Amino acid sequence: MLVSYNWLRNYVNLDKVTPEELAEKITRSGIEVEGIEYLAPKSENIVVGYVKSCEKHPDADKLNLCQVDVGEESLQIICGAPNVGAGQKVAVAKPGAKLPNGMKIKKVKLRGVESNGMICSLQELGLDEKYIPADVAEGIFVFPDDAEVGTPVQGLLNLDDAILDLDVLANRPDALSILGVAYEVAAILNQPITLPDENLTVDQSLQAKDYIDVKIDSIENNPYYGAFVIKDVEIKPSPLWMRNYLMASGIRPINNVVDITNFVLLEYGQPLHAFDYDQFGSTEVVIRQAKENETMVTLDDQERQLNGKNLVITNGTDPVALAGVMGGADSEVTDETTNILLEAAYFDSASVRHTVKQTGLRSESSTRFEKGVDPNRVKRAGIRACMLLQKYANGKVASGVVEVDKLDKSEKSVTITIAKVNQRLGMELDEKDVTAVLTRLQFEFSIHGEEIIVQVPTRRQDISIFEDILEEVIRIYGYDHLPYTIPQGWVQAGGLTDIQLLQREIKNYLSSAGLMETLTYSLTNEKDAMRFLTPDINEEPAYSVGLAMPMSEEHSHLRLSLIPEMLRVVQHNVARTQTDLAYFEIGKVFVSREEKVTKQPIENLHVAGALTGLWHNHPWQQEKQPVDFYVAKGIIEGLFAHLELDVTFVQTKMADMHPGRCAEIRLNNKGIGYVGQIHPLTAKGYDVKETYVFEINLESVFSVHQLIPSFTDIPRYPSVTRDIAFILDMDVPAGNVQEVIKEIGAPLVKEVSIFDVYQGEHMEEGKKSVAYRLLYQDPSRTLKDDEVDASYQAIIEKVNKQFGSYVRS
Amino acid sequence: MKEELQAIEEEALAAIEQAEDSQALQEMKVKYLGKKGSLTTVLRGMGKLSKEERPIVGELANNVRASITEALDVKTEKLERDALDKQLEAETIDVTLPGNPVHVGGRHLLTSIMEEIEDLFIGMGYEIKEGPEVETDYYNFEALNLPKNHPARDMQDTFFITNELLLRTQTSPVQARTMEAYQGKRPIKMICPGKVYRRDTDDATHSHQFRQIEGLVVDKNITLSDLKGTLDVFAKKMFGKDRKIRLRPSFFPFTEPSVEMDVSCKVCNGEGCSVCKQTGWIEILGGGMVHPRVLEMSGYDSTVYSGFAFGMGQERIAMLKYGVNDIRHFYTNDVRFLSQYHQA
Ligand SMILES: [Zn+2]
Repeated sequence: MLVSYNWLRNYVNLDKVTPEELAEKITRSGIEVEGIEYLAPKSENIVVGYVKSCEKHPDADKLNLCQVDVGEESLQIICGAPNVGAGQKVAVAKPGAKLPNGMKIKKVKLRGVESNGMICSLQELGLDEKYIPADVAEGIFVFPDDAEVGTPVQGLLNLDDAILDLDVLANRPDALSILGVAYEVAAILNQPITLPDENLTVDQSLQAKDYIDVKIDSIENNPYYGAFVIKDVEIKPSPLWMRNYLMASGIRPINNVVDITNFVLLEYGQPLHAFDYDQFGSTEVVIRQAKENETMVTLDDQERQLNGKNLVITNGTDPVALAGVMGGADSEVTDETTNILLEAAYFDSASVRHTVKQTGLRSESSTRFEKGVDPNRVKRAGIRACMLLQKYANGKVASGVVEVDKLDKSEKSVTITIAKVNQRLGMELDEKDVTAVLTRLQFEFSIHGEEIIVQVPTRRQDISIFEDILEEVIRIYGYDHLPYTIPQGWVQAGGLTDIQLLQREIKNYLSSAGLMETLTYSLTNEKDAMRFLTPDINEEPAYSVGLAMPMSEEHSHLRLSLIPEMLRVVQHNVARTQTDLAYFEIGKVFVSREEKVTKQPIENLHVAGALTGLWHNHPWQQEKQPVDFYVAKGIIEGLFAHLELDVTFVQTKMADMHPGRCAEIRLNNKGIGYVGQIHPLTAKGYDVKETYVFEINLESVFSVHQLIPSFTDIPRYPSVTRDIAFILDMDVPAGNVQEVIKEIGAPLVKEVSIFDVYQGEHMEEGKKSVAYRLLYQDPSRTLKDDEVDASYQAIIEKVNKQFGSYVRS
Repeated sequence: MKEELQAIEEEALAAIEQAEDSQALQEMKVKYLGKKGSLTTVLRGMGKLSKEERPIVGELANNVRASITEALDVKTEKLERDALDKQLEAETIDVTLPGNPVHVGGRHLLTSIMEEIEDLFIGMGYEIKEGPEVETDYYNFEALNLPKNHPARDMQDTFFITNELLLRTQTSPVQARTMEAYQGKRPIKMICPGKVYRRDTDDATHSHQFRQIEGLVVDKNITLSDLKGTLDVFAKKMFGKDRKIRLRPSFFPFTEPSVEMDVSCKVCNGEGCSVCKQTGWIEILGGGMVHPRVLEMSGYDSTVYSGFAFGMGQERIAMLKYGVNDIRHFYTNDVRFLSQYHQA
């Protein structure tokens, strides 16, 4: 809402407060002033001049030689505007004047003739092109005859005005009017308010009811409709001051009738509509819901398809206006209009909101109806407009308003007590403090013992309960007076849940392991949403959740894996020559088990990682280690070792992954994730090089993880190690042999590790040698050699039998 | 004999002093102290001495032996040290060459910010609550005093999935769920961090996905002053102990009264500069007293209980605290951005 400081001061005294101070006070009391704009602050030395004579320049056809009286002197000025003429009153920038665009006016010679100033257009005076009325948009600006020669134009054209841009939130529709802002400012400044003139003298010989009738078929959407009739209006420009205020408020003046309805709309916050009475098509206004597929042409010359949810104003047969939104083209006020039918009505906000949403037509009118207008100002706004039409369009206002009135105009009352105010605020206000605020707000109240009953004026539709009054009290009294306290009484030990702690633990581990945390979008494209699924997701049919109205195809579906968006991060960095990358992320994936989503999807927390480029790089020492499968796997093994959980890795094949370099990660024999190299073709699709990724469903980890590890006594007896190297067929996974060794060796074998793998030269074709180190230990005694030997032999026999292997000698 | 002993000592000490390696010292040890060494040879003549002279010479001989032994030890140690020094000198490397790079990972700046805020409130006795990101219309709006067709719903552009399902636009549904779970039977002190989504076009200050952190305290006799005091503690811990806060009235459907909190600008110390748009203040978060309808809907008797709630964008806090100028940096994950905030 743009509020003209000069317009506002007609209703409340602003003498002691600058626009900046006012803006600060309004902001601090509840409505944010987002900015202050001065119309044309730098205009100096520009006055009204009278063009005494105007002749053609002797040497230039398009230039005029004018003698202009500017009060104390007469200036010879050359003017190029085609509309300049003798007898006009114009804006003259005298020599030494400075225009808002920075231009300085000097005496010059044009084609040999002296010119001592400049006759200005509104544009040159600094007004915004888009608000300048069409009739004065071309050429210089001509003042009305009553403008006094020599007067500075700044005041006459309101160029010294400051425009406050108020960010009015949904709770304060009252501030969508100059009058509403005036009430607010009056309360803030503790000043009285001067209300606009609503004194109307009607023409008793004319009775409105003889000209029009009103019928409402949809009373719940239109509880009040008032029709005023104004005869014999003279269409012309509205008075300069009104045009100034409209332009300052961001509205382009059109003609007196339209300007007056707009002026009252801004002044009262009540939209009005003027129909050309003679083009209305009947003598009856019927307000009803539109019929299915009914059409009408709105003011913007668009044909609108209507339905039963649109409220329309009709002439008994055809729609002539979309109620509260836009008028129709047929009954528009034009230069030929002589008789006016003026509508002042109350339309239900939900109904208007629906039509606005459907048609996309949002206007100054619809915005106010959508947020709710003051029921007690509807008719008054009509009267105010009639009074202005009488004064500035020479109209004859017919006596009486033809109305249907079922509107609830009663004031709400809210009961408060000082004790409760103080209990909620944590302050010690007394009755005087509170009632002083109510008085400043011009809320009436009565005191009954402890209770204060507050009458809430209908302009403040936002106030209906105690807490609303509480807010009024503290915002006007001042938040700065609130003390600083901390909640007393009930105490709990705050803290993180086990799962939250575990997440932090995993983040710490992965960060220390050299991975950098990313944060990517949960929304991805439809195809990527379903790629790189962890094995648990694939146990049942899984579907992605799509948005009803996405902003773009790139972010249309909720992810089921963190990897696709992480690959985009890899791609982004690689494209910027950051080639060695190691990333991790913890975030949710969203799994729907129903193809057509009807309920909330399962939200699982996942951890994922992506690694590419070099893992170690010590260039001058010629030590470079590229990322490979075992780097990625090592990170995961380290993670689970850190969490004291046993996981196994099983060779697997999965879409988008290298067929020979991918393992399923299993916890308690359940697939919870995967690790491997991205398929080269997939990598190409994402525009990344050789990249290794992993992803694990953390929910499975949370369900088994013990936050506090159980204590194991430090061994007191020595351990024994034995090494065995098996010659295995190439396709026998070394891990499988390791598992068997553990199984057979239990309980004496505590650890089995692989310390050497060899294949190639000196090795039989299709064979490999894998060396295992076994650690024997008993916590209660020293082991004897022969029992270790026996176990060792049993292991060799079993492995050889199961895997067809033999021991390397 | 005395003279002889003294001569041996003198000669030995001089020779040891001259010795250049441990080999030479070994030879000297044999030469002077060995079984056939000069000291032994001289002492063999002790028998010729009188009873009175014997102990005197004996003592002298012992002194000479001790003196030579000590000289040998000192010299040995010195030679060993010299050899070590020489060896170490030979081991000199170029210390200006770069060290082996350590792979440094790190948490995302927003994680650091979030944990910092979490820890701050945990210290004040808050628990941390989380909830689903795909929410129902009821918890995201209706339970927060935003019935269908409420004009304030236009304030937030929502990603709907169905008429009833949506991506949460705020973390407040976690508050509604918590209140409902506690059934109006116990006080609440909680914060809820998490991702939220809005139908915004991504630019320097907007992101269709961002993170919020909200707080809620419900108990008997919670006051607006309690909110002010709590936010003051938060602002001072987060932005520095010299920061001041101020509250301004605002509007949120789920609080009444509603406030916005500004923190005095760190750059200009409240004098006014381009960062704070000449106001001296920077808007940080919104909050207020929990609307009685919200309390009632979740089973809390609003005549007995009152509460405050507040909420903020984590990105905004991070941007203000670390001077990040574009919200997209958080989601682009450029390593050159991420690695700037390792110790954050
Ligand atoms: Zn500043």
